[in-house]
Amino acid sequence: MRPRDNFLKGIWSENPILALALGLCPTLAVTTSLKNAVGMGLAATFVLVFSNLLISLFRKFIPSKIRIPSYIVIIATFVTLVDLLMSAYLPALHKQLGIFVPLIVVNCIIMGRAEAFASKHGPVASIIDGFGMGIGFTLVLSVIGAVREILGAGKLWGLAVSTSFTPVLVFALPPGALLVVGLFMALKQSLGGKK
Amino acid sequence: MTEKIFALFVLNVFTANFILFRFLGMCPFIGVSKERKSAFWMSMAVIFVMVISSVITWVLYNYVLVPMGLNYMRTVTFILVIATAVQMIDMIMLKTLPALHKTLGIYLPLITTNCAVLGVAVLNIDMFAGKTTAFNGFIFSVFQGLFAGLGFMLAIMLMSGIRERLDLTDIPNAMKGIPIAFLIAALMSMAFMGFNGLGI
Repeated sequence: MRPRDNFLKGIWSENPILALALGLCPTLAVTTSLKNAVGMGLAATFVLVFSNLLISLFRKFIPSKIRIPSYIVIIATFVTLVDLLMSAYLPALHKQLGIFVPLIVVNCIIMGRAEAFASKHGPVASIIDGFGMGIGFTLVLSVIGAVREILGAGKLWGLAVSTSFTPVLVFALPPGALLVVGLFMALKQSLGGKK
Repeated sequence: MTEKIFALFVLNVFTANFILFRFLGMCPFIGVSKERKSAFWMSMAVIFVMVISSVITWVLYNYVLVPMGLNYMRTVTFILVIATAVQMIDMIMLKTLPALHKTLGIYLPLITTNCAVLGVAVLNIDMFAGKTTAFNGFIFSVFQGLFAGLGFMLAIMLMSGIRERLDLTDIPNAMKGIPIAFLIAALMSMAFMGFNGLGI
């Protein structure tokens, strides 16, 4: 596969959220605002790129029977790094994302890419794959976050969008998340043809 | 004590349902809710893992990690404990219920990456550590694990009941499969918000 296609597949044809339906928990929980969505997306991208790299480097040494626990330890190490860095430099965002920062470790996307891609490909291809998937994840999170923030709070990146508009509170609440994500998936399904 | 436990029950099963309110455990919720039988066994496995991991993680955190000043190792330790517990259940199920083991397929090893299980362990620490005695915290953690599992079961059983009927209905192509499941979950979540008035 060419590097360009390898990168682009994560953004559209194999988009982790819309096409593979992985990593749904953070998608639904942290997209109440654009800022949170971008923060979560970038944190997950960081973990994805580095865990893919490390797993790909070690793929010949990890016995297949204990590969899952090994991947988890590698992923958890990077998640702990992100957790500590974020609480030191971005305490407000860290507080907003709350429990979902340590929970990046169980984000199915990261585990899924480790198992499906990094364990079978070289380090460079794995970095590109991780980066593409991470950016695809971040983009979808941002779009959903922006839609929910505009509709639910009448704001974008914390700034008021319009004064003549009454926010629809339900979009900021859990049902709104499910509604928006469901509609985006339907859109992807009708545009992208049958899976 | 009893009141607190009852409050935890209402919180975890209804007002802050793990799936519909906290959005923990969405992957199995969408993936294994196509038929009631597998949904039931999946949630039984989740309840079992949640209680066991709540017990182990609470004890480990309070009696090993905190005294040694290793709080920051929380994520790594917890996920390893959970992975081990899941592996054990996987092996037991393979021997005793091979047909079911086949149905659950990829999702059984993935209980490990079920955020609900790690979620309840982290939540126990956030909610109880340092705020009550270690013993009370232990009791609350065990019950929270149980109730979170029951909340998961309630949501996934309701969902699988609806989705079994959905097979017989005519829905637009774009909505088939996962999108319609999300819209149903949105309606269920709205219905569950009604429990907020309980105010316990």
